[in-house]
Formats: sequence, structure tokens, C-alpha cells
Amino acid sequence: MAETAAGTKRTKLVKGPGLLLVWLYGVMSVGAVSRSVYQILTDFGSAPLAHVLSAVAAVVYAFITYTLVRGGETARKAALVCCAAELAGVVIVGTWTVLEPSAFPDSTVWSAYGKGYIFIPVLLPVTGMLWLRRSRSS
Amino acid sequence: MLDALTVAVGVAALALAAWCGLAAFRDQPTKDWHFIGMAVVTLLAAAQMVVGIVQLVRGEEAEQGTAIFLSYLIGSALAVPAAGFLSLAERTRWGSATVAAGAIVLAVLEVRLHDIWGG
Repeated sequence: MAETAAGTKRTKLVKGPGLLLVWLYGVMSVGAVSRSVYQILTDFGSAPLAHVLSAVAAVVYAFITYTLVRGGETARKAALVCCAAELAGVVIVGTWTVLEPSAFPDSTVWSAYGKGYIFIPVLLPVTGMLWLRRSRSS
Repeated sequence: MLDALTVAVGVAALALAAWCGLAAFRDQPTKDWHFIGMAVVTLLAAAQMVVGIVQLVRGEEAEQGTAIFLSYLIGSALAVPAAGFLSLAERTRWGSATVAAGAIVLAVLEVRLHDIWGG
């Protein structure tokens, strides 16, 4: 009963391909958050830029996961904006790490377009945006 | 760590990924047999976590740090059951695809665990 009521009010984003998407974003969130917490607690000084960028990535992933789980039109738009920001982040930071590796003594989630994470970081926002565009409520 | 166990978990995870990937490809949801497969993989991963913790308690050390090692151990024990739980609510091919993705994540974690321990 409550479920149907919520279903009519909010566009459910965790269904079909959305479930896979949420799962991958969840995994990336856990990975990025724990990595960034560890980096900042243990040796922030050695590579402040890389560690700040890791923290930014972690926040973005956690936020997108939350909006996807929550569902609804506002959340969908917010997630769409964040996916775009994420893609921009991956491309900018990825290019930056390739061109000037010396600026990054420690790697970030987005180093070399997410090579350390089997390129999931660069693929995820693209599929995410496709899914979010398709599930727009008319 | 115990190399044989790491390899076993990794291979089992890849097999589970292929199996559930096939189910997704055939447009099938996860079925009882898939859940038994997930249980087997989860048991292996749980056994690995216990072995890993025992080795830490015995005073052995992971090359890249105890905290990282422990968090990867916990992550690898949770990856497949979490994905399986999600697939319970999604009775379509996408539930199977999610479990396959979870199993691939586990296989990647096994490779990382091996590196972290210093094999």
C-alpha cells in the first residue's frame, strides 16, 4: 500500500538496468569513500591534491547513489547533473594525470580515466546519463 | 595469505559471474540454483576472511598495511551477498546482471587482496 503510494509520487529509478547502475555506484561509493578516508587520515601531506580529488570523487559517488535510491523527478535531475560533473571530473583529472603525473604522487580514483578501476569511472556516468534520460517521467 | 584459497575464491567468483551473466543474456532472473552458487562463493569468501584475520592475529603482516587488508577482506565477503540481496527484489534479467557484476567485483578484490598481502 505504502509502496504503491510512493511509486505514483516518485519515479522509481532502482528498477531494471537502474538496479545494476545503483549497485555499481554503491560499490564505487564504498571504494572511493574508504579510500579517501584512509588517505586523508594516514598521509594527507604527501599528496594533498590527489587526496582532495579522491574526497571530491567520493562525495559525488555517494550523492549519486543516494539520489538514485531515493528516486523522483528532482533526484533524477540532480543525479543527471552529478553524472555530468562526474564525467567532466574523470576527463579533466584523467587528462591531468596523464599529462602531468608529477602533480600526483599518489593515485586518485580518477587517475588515467579510472584505469585502476577497470575504467568503470569513465563508463558509469555515460550509462548513468543514458538511463536517467530514458526514465524521465512524462 | 593462503594462495590456494585466494585463487579458489577468484575462480569461483568468475564462474558465478559467467553463470549469472548467461542468465541475464537469456533474459532470466536469478533462480534457486543461482542462490546456491552465491552461497558457495560467499562461504569461500567468508572462510578467506576468517583465515586472513587468524593470520593477522598470529602476528603476520600485510605488505600494504593491516587496515587496507582488513577492509578488502570485509568488502570481498560482502560483495556477492549484497548483490544477491538486490537481485531478490528485481525479478528480471537485470537482477542476474547485478549478481554477475558483484561477482566480477569480488574477483577484482581477490587480485587486490593478493597484492596487498604481498604475494
